[in-house]
Amino acid sequence: MTQVRVLAGTRKGAFVLTSDANREKWEVSGPHFAGWEVYHLKGSPADPNRLYASQNSGWFGQLIQRSDDGGKTWQPAGNDFSYVGDPGTHLWYDDTPRPWEFKRIWHMEPSPDDPDTVYAGGEDAALFKSTDGGQTWRELTGLRLQNSRTDWQPGAGGLCLHTIILQGSRMFAAISAAGAFRSDDGGETWRPVNRGLRSGGIPDPDAEVGHCVHHVEAHPSRPDTLFMQKHWDVMRSDDGGLSWYEVSGNLPTDFGFPIAVHAHEAETVYVVPITSDSLHYPPEGRLRVYRSRTGGNEWEPLTNGLPQQDCYVNVYRDAMATDTLEECGVYFGTTGGQVYASADSGDSWMPIVRDLPAVLSVEVQVIR
Amino acid sequence: MTAVRVVLPAHLKNLAQVHGEVVVSVSGPLTQRVVLDAVEERFPMLCGTIRDRRTGRRRPFVRFYACERDLSNEPPDAPLPDGVAAAITVGTEPFLVVGAMAGG
Repeated sequence: MTQVRVLAGTRKGAFVLTSDANREKWEVSGPHFAGWEVYHLKGSPADPNRLYASQNSGWFGQLIQRSDDGGKTWQPAGNDFSYVGDPGTHLWYDDTPRPWEFKRIWHMEPSPDDPDTVYAGGEDAALFKSTDGGQTWRELTGLRLQNSRTDWQPGAGGLCLHTIILQGSRMFAAISAAGAFRSDDGGETWRPVNRGLRSGGIPDPDAEVGHCVHHVEAHPSRPDTLFMQKHWDVMRSDDGGLSWYEVSGNLPTDFGFPIAVHAHEAETVYVVPITSDSLHYPPEGRLRVYRSRTGGNEWEPLTNGLPQQDCYVNVYRDAMATDTLEECGVYFGTTGGQVYASADSGDSWMPIVRDLPAVLSVEVQVIR
Repeated sequence: MTAVRVVLPAHLKNLAQVHGEVVVSVSGPLTQRVVLDAVEERFPMLCGTIRDRRTGRRRPFVRFYACERDLSNEPPDAPLPDGVAAAITVGTEPFLVVGAMAGG
């Protein structure tokens, strides 16, 4: 029987929510790693029962947990995230050089082909790779050591590598507030791919780096087409990131954090507009997902089942996902602890759990 | 060999899958490093949670106590004070690893 499994990372632990293909009744297990921040957990496409979780605490630091039974039990994996060589410096908020210092893992990206291969995006920005199921980690230094590094400066959330897209030997990574980067050789060498981005908050609005990218997604069938939610602006690239153009169109605000692409319609995109960079809640207190079926520019609000008054939650960058069932499911989690699900591509929504700690990430798996 | 009783904070007990105190065996003069090395050797999943992996320094919000004394800022290779070492050696007092009170 087909099972749908939603993986929610929160401020105080991880939760695993399961349902059948109808996606109406959900069982909640957790908290796993109670009391710890779980920035992200994600399953291996090659073995859905292999899950990786990033577990962090201000007291006890970074841990990685691994499950081989779909989240029922977990084992600590390796947590030695060492920068290779002298880590050097990046710009601090006051424009002084600041030594690279490891703080946490924001994002785990398992390989589509091998359950034991997984990538991890860190703060301060670095990309790590494990080929032994997370027991040991090796930094792919080509990203952190590429030429623009000394100009990278943390966003308010930190100098975090939060997006990893794997497309065979081609990879994308995104860093706040440096921008998007592309590798064509499996992560050994990297270049910035930010042409077309314009950011009013930096001295040179179209600089090569310095853009506060919040999230990037691509549809598997269209690897050259990327969708980006930037600090402000929803952007699109049709040439593998070499150039970007704005597709914010009629959105009520183009500030936001997550962006997601429909599993079967490569031109159907979802965002959650947030009022502004200083008001991290939905405009007018109405929680609305916006959907474009035209690859951007023309957006429609999706409100059925979502609170339309007095709602002042945020939706973080990794807290939105889509499933691969025939009628695509869409999921997102809020800082108010709700995880909302739509089993009809966003037409209607229901909370599948209401009172979790603030949700940091949402991923979904379909187990057939 | 000396059997040292060590009390871990709740989160690290969960991580190490232990209940109550743990006992580790050490040899030579008792120092912070000797005790913590023994803890990490027995419970490798705790590596990096008490001391920074790169620098080996105590994590900022972790403290070390024994015999009602704060040993957190003592040099890690300095022998524990005589009275403390004696009490730990005979097992009347544990070495406490504590998650500092922090936050609001």
